Amino acid sequence: MLDRAGNPENTIPEPSPSGLSIESRRSFLGVLLALGSFFVGTLLSVPLIRFALFPLLRRTTDLKNSPVGKLDDFTSLTEPVMRTIEIEQVDGWRKAISEKAVYVTKNSQGQLRVLTSICPHLGCTVPWNKEKHQFVCPCHGATFAADGTRVSGPSLRGMDTLETSVEDGQLLVRFQYFRQLVSDKEVIG
Amino acid sequence: MELPKGMHATTSRDHGAPPLSQAGLWGWLNRRTGLDDLLRVALDEPIPGGARFAYIFGSGLLFIFISQVITGIFLALYYVPSADHAHTTVAYITKVVTAGSFLRSLHAYGASAMVVVLFLHLSQTYIYGSYKGRRELLWLSGCVLFGLVLAMAFTGYLLPWDQRAYFATAVGTNAVSEVPWMGESIKRLMRGGTEMGTLTISRFFVAHVFLIPAGIFALVASHIFLFRKAGAAGPVKEDPYHPKQEAEPFYPRQVLMDLSLTALLITGLGLLCFFVPIELGPPANPADAQYIPRPEWYYLPIFQWLKYWHGSAAIVGVLVIPTLLVLAILALPFLDRGIERRPWKRPAAMGAYAFVVFSLLGLGFRSQYLDRHDSGVAQQLAKQQAEEGEYARKPFEPELSSASLAAANVALADPLAAKGKTIFEAQSCNACHGDGGVGTAAAPALIGIGTKFSPDRLAEVFKHPTAKMNAGGMPPIDLPPDDLKALIAYVESLK
Repeated sequence: MLDRAGNPENTIPEPSPSGLSIESRRSFLGVLLALGSFFVGTLLSVPLIRFALFPLLRRTTDLKNSPVGKLDDFTSLTEPVMRTIEIEQVDGWRKAISEKAVYVTKNSQGQLRVLTSICPHLGCTVPWNKEKHQFVCPCHGATFAADGTRVSGPSLRGMDTLETSVEDGQLLVRFQYFRQLVSDKEVIG
Repeated sequence: MELPKGMHATTSRDHGAPPLSQAGLWGWLNRRTGLDDLLRVALDEPIPGGARFAYIFGSGLLFIFISQVITGIFLALYYVPSADHAHTTVAYITKVVTAGSFLRSLHAYGASAMVVVLFLHLSQTYIYGSYKGRRELLWLSGCVLFGLVLAMAFTGYLLPWDQRAYFATAVGTNAVSEVPWMGESIKRLMRGGTEMGTLTISRFFVAHVFLIPAGIFALVASHIFLFRKAGAAGPVKEDPYHPKQEAEPFYPRQVLMDLSLTALLITGLGLLCFFVPIELGPPANPADAQYIPRPEWYYLPIFQWLKYWHGSAAIVGVLVIPTLLVLAILALPFLDRGIERRPWKRPAAMGAYAFVVFSLLGLGFRSQYLDRHDSGVAQQLAKQQAEEGEYARKPFEPELSSASLAAANVALADPLAAKGKTIFEAQSCNACHGDGGVGTAAAPALIGIGTKFSPDRLAEVFKHPTAKMNAGGMPPIDLPPDDLKALIAYVESLK
């Protein structure tokens, strides 16, 4: 339309002498309308884009920290204790609550550690063996010390520690899965 | 089509290719597609007697329809059409997703706006006698479109699956069953069974999202085609067959007038959705016997009308009168053949219009009046309104997935099985057989194993795994008898 207005000799001769000015007026209006529509369209698409990009800009899948127990309960630990924790996993509009077994133990400096009970070898749940004072995996015989460090067997690393935090005297843990059969701890979800 | 003086809808075509001066991308695109021609055909539509505000409603409808399509597609990003997820996902859209409440409100209020503008469009066509002069198909396609828009409103209303939606649709589908002979069958067809349930949502969803929109697209296209074929009818004094008044092109004045309605709709709906967003009530509870259902405002006249017809007279009120009314409306351009379009010279047509409109308004207001003056109903309606507001203010609560529910139920049901579950996890059975015995790549699922193996047989294979189990890596289980019993109780409980 701009071209038509700018090069009237290439367009059809207007029947009326004022044709050119009508054409230019219409073209000018056309540009205004196009700009206006573009502006309003852009404005209207803002909520649509925000709506569609919501899962990219916010956390929609979340693993909540799970309470393990009161901090006081673990001050006089002599050996690892098993605790079943409830894990709330949020996935968009749904959540799943599952239970996992973890061990509360102390490391060599006497600090509290929470170990996942999943064997870093092939994923069996590792029980605490009181007599041997070791973790002994029932599947392939991997053994770990009370603080989770590797003693013997097929596992390439020690038992995995979980991130912990303390809130109002409660020990909280963030449950995660780790890659099996590798020597370095690697989060997989 | 005869073009009035001063029009040049086909100028470019008359002179072959567009001017060479149209260089660059636009010129190239234009030579390939003839977009300029199309644009001219669209914009140079001749309007006998010139642009008027009376003609703005058609494009207003088109705008709302496009807005409904866009907002509808975006809402489908999060919506799930099933009785156990529909309400949660709509609550998620409304309470959690950015701009979700705004878009849902735009879609819901858009439906109301559609009905209003549709009524204005229909009224203008009727009052201006614009259905006359070879416009029978144009009128018919418009009537079917009206029906489809009402069907969209009806099917869309159920989808949030809150109390209001559930009960309004229960009443709506019940009303259909009042139709003699086949009413019950139609109701069952709509509901996907005798009762409302998750199959009803699926059906309404498919109708709302696939079937009816497809029909609307096709009919809007034919409606516009038929409109351009017949030409704009122009003012009431114009001859519907051979317009004599000087025509003005659609662009620019009529475009600007049409855009003013669009601007009004955008502003009005935008402010409404921002300041008074649509609420979502508590989830549908079919067992709630107290709930008093009320349809959306545009269905109130029909709702009220149906109250008057029961028993043997129902056939008259539910079938005969509505059918006659619809047939009369459809047949209008075939019956009313005169070329007279001035309303004041068509007293019968105007009288009929006034009668129908005032009857609808009267019925609608009567329904409102009755609700307000029956203290029991008014109280219950106020209570429902309050419950809706209360639910709307609650934070979003994610739906508990069925897997975790099943696991939780076992823990509650049987203390022995609950103990067994702890052993199942402590003994790492879940490492291979999965949480809740769902099975993994390493070992088969244990769900339903209780139907295949007796507790004794299970105890036997736990202590002495079969050769196949041994080969799969299943170790013998060495547990005190009580623990073994608990473990078996748990495994037997897995369903």
